[in-house]
Amino acid sequence: MPDSTPAAPGEPIVRVAGLSKTYASGLTALNSIDLSIERGEIFALLGPNGAGKTTLINIICGIVTPGGGRISVAGHDIVREYRAARALIGLVPQELHTDAFESVWSTVTFSRGLFGRAPDARHCEQVLRALSLWERREAKIMTLSGGMKRRVLIAKALAHEPQVLFLDEPTAGVDVELRREMWDMVRALRERGVTIILTTHYIEEAELMADRIGVIHRGELIVVEEKARLMRKLGKKQLTLQLQRPLAGVPPELGAWPLELGDAGHALIYTFDAQRSDTGIAQLLRRLQELNIDFKDLHSSESSLEEIFVNLVRTRS
Amino acid sequence: MNVHAIRAIYHFEMARTFRTLMQSIASPVLSTSLYFVVFGAAIGQRMGAVDGVSYGAFIVPGLIMLSLLTESVSNASLGIYLPKWSGTIFELLSAPVSYVEVLLGYVGAAATKSVMLGTLILVTARFFVPYHVVHPLWMVAFLLLTAVSFSMLGFIIGLWSESFEQLGIVPLMVLTPLTFLGGAFYSIAMLPGAWRQIALFNPVVYLISGFRWSFYGVADVNVLLSTAATLAFFLLCVAVVAWIFRSGYKLKS
Ligand SMILES: Nc1ncnc2c1ncn2[C@@H]1O[C@H](COP(=O)(O)OP(=O)(O)OP(=O)(O)O)[C@@H](O)[C@H]1O
Ligand SMILES: [Mg+2]
Repeated sequence: MPDSTPAAPGEPIVRVAGLSKTYASGLTALNSIDLSIERGEIFALLGPNGAGKTTLINIICGIVTPGGGRISVAGHDIVREYRAARALIGLVPQELHTDAFESVWSTVTFSRGLFGRAPDARHCEQVLRALSLWERREAKIMTLSGGMKRRVLIAKALAHEPQVLFLDEPTAGVDVELRREMWDMVRALRERGVTIILTTHYIEEAELMADRIGVIHRGELIVVEEKARLMRKLGKKQLTLQLQRPLAGVPPELGAWPLELGDAGHALIYTFDAQRSDTGIAQLLRRLQELNIDFKDLHSSESSLEEIFVNLVRTRS
Repeated sequence: MNVHAIRAIYHFEMARTFRTLMQSIASPVLSTSLYFVVFGAAIGQRMGAVDGVSYGAFIVPGLIMLSLLTESVSNASLGIYLPKWSGTIFELLSAPVSYVEVLLGYVGAAATKSVMLGTLILVTARFFVPYHVVHPLWMVAFLLLTAVSFSMLGFIIGLWSESFEQLGIVPLMVLTPLTFLGGAFYSIAMLPGAWRQIALFNPVVYLISGFRWSFYGVADVNVLLSTAATLAFFLLCVAVVAWIFRSGYKLKS
């Protein structure tokens, strides 16, 4: 089989092409997604509730059947060569699905076997120690707290030494300390060459962790960008001036500033980078005075995640 | 073939069995013993021999089959229903396994437990009624084939069920009547004319008849027909499971 040759270095480890998904209910959760994940990167999928993050991950992992499109993991098609593809993947699901009566140790060794690896007590011990679960290895899972259960799920996902790790909202319902531990763990895994794809609602988390960020909204991947570049876009503030008299267009004299008209010409909107020491506001206001453009009110606002999504969607269509 | 996965599933399921040893082994053994006391030792004394076999001995194969069928179905159906119910099935669906490995693990464990149970009941029966086994190899073969086939049926029921009620209804409403009417307590020949013909549509008749033949050398239906019917049922179950896993029916959205 030509497809079974492992991907060459530099080839994306996960390649999604034209993926769509419509659930039996008729709801289209994903619409023609194209995405390539590079080997060894940390990729954050950002999006509001119901955007389709979990659907995308579950399709790649084999839990949800794909609609149209093709997906490969390290060059292996996830449908035709599901064994080779899935053996490389570890998944920590969004929901805390665990076996109540099993011990931590037995559930982790079970996962290793299920994914086709010979028993290796040393590796399982390492994983449990790294997640501070070693002391609780004999405990029944149902006796653990929610945060501990999430660690157990992470341990299960790492038991078979995956090359690609999916973390579906790993920090939901997790306290600050565990969150920091988890971030440290993700970085340590990346050091070892593991590719990590995580979903989150929090821009800050994506900012802290990711090399690249994808924003998904209503089943569409509306932007995929390197973190630094995206953060420059996201870190913007807006100054809105309510004008006395509406303008037909942005006067050419104001060409030096990135300005837009809003509210049918009644508002002049200046978007600027809040992180810069020189925001350009003072000069703008002076220039407006010189041009006799009066305004009755002004306010500045920071773009929220929701606004960014909406803006991204608007600029796309 | 992912052998590690088969072992992992099998051990997981056997561990569950041993955790619940009392209800999974003790209660069927107890209830079957009661049957032996009542029908074999007490009432059986006053009953004539059937096909030249004392009534107490006559019902032994049927009673073992009765437990074997119900236990196989309930073990295997619960085994696969629990992960569906708790959500842990996500791991099975995302693992590099085919339905063959999943079946070998789950059905293998359920059948192992049923065979253990059948053997235990066989030994227990010896305390109440004297019986003998004419064709021991055939007996073992029927025991294994039945345990595997009905574990497979249970697995399908577990995949199909969406609630604990549904899980319980098939064994209760379908299996128990079929077994009771399948000649566990009487020979089909004892039925009046038309009922004898109708009884031949009951698949359990073939199982019990074949199993009893391995004990006493007498059968209601030809033993080869019994074997063929059981094998056909087994293959039908394999086909259904293969289809469920290919299509993702009731497993994947
Ligand atoms: N099994 C299902 N059947 C029908 N619709 C579904 C199913 N699973 C998810 N959906 C719908 O698909 C859409 C995408 O859901 P998904 O779980 O992928 O979103 P998400 O981005 O992970 O959201 P969240 O941030 O809340 O986890 C939602 O509208 C959801 O209601
Ligand atoms: Mg989700």
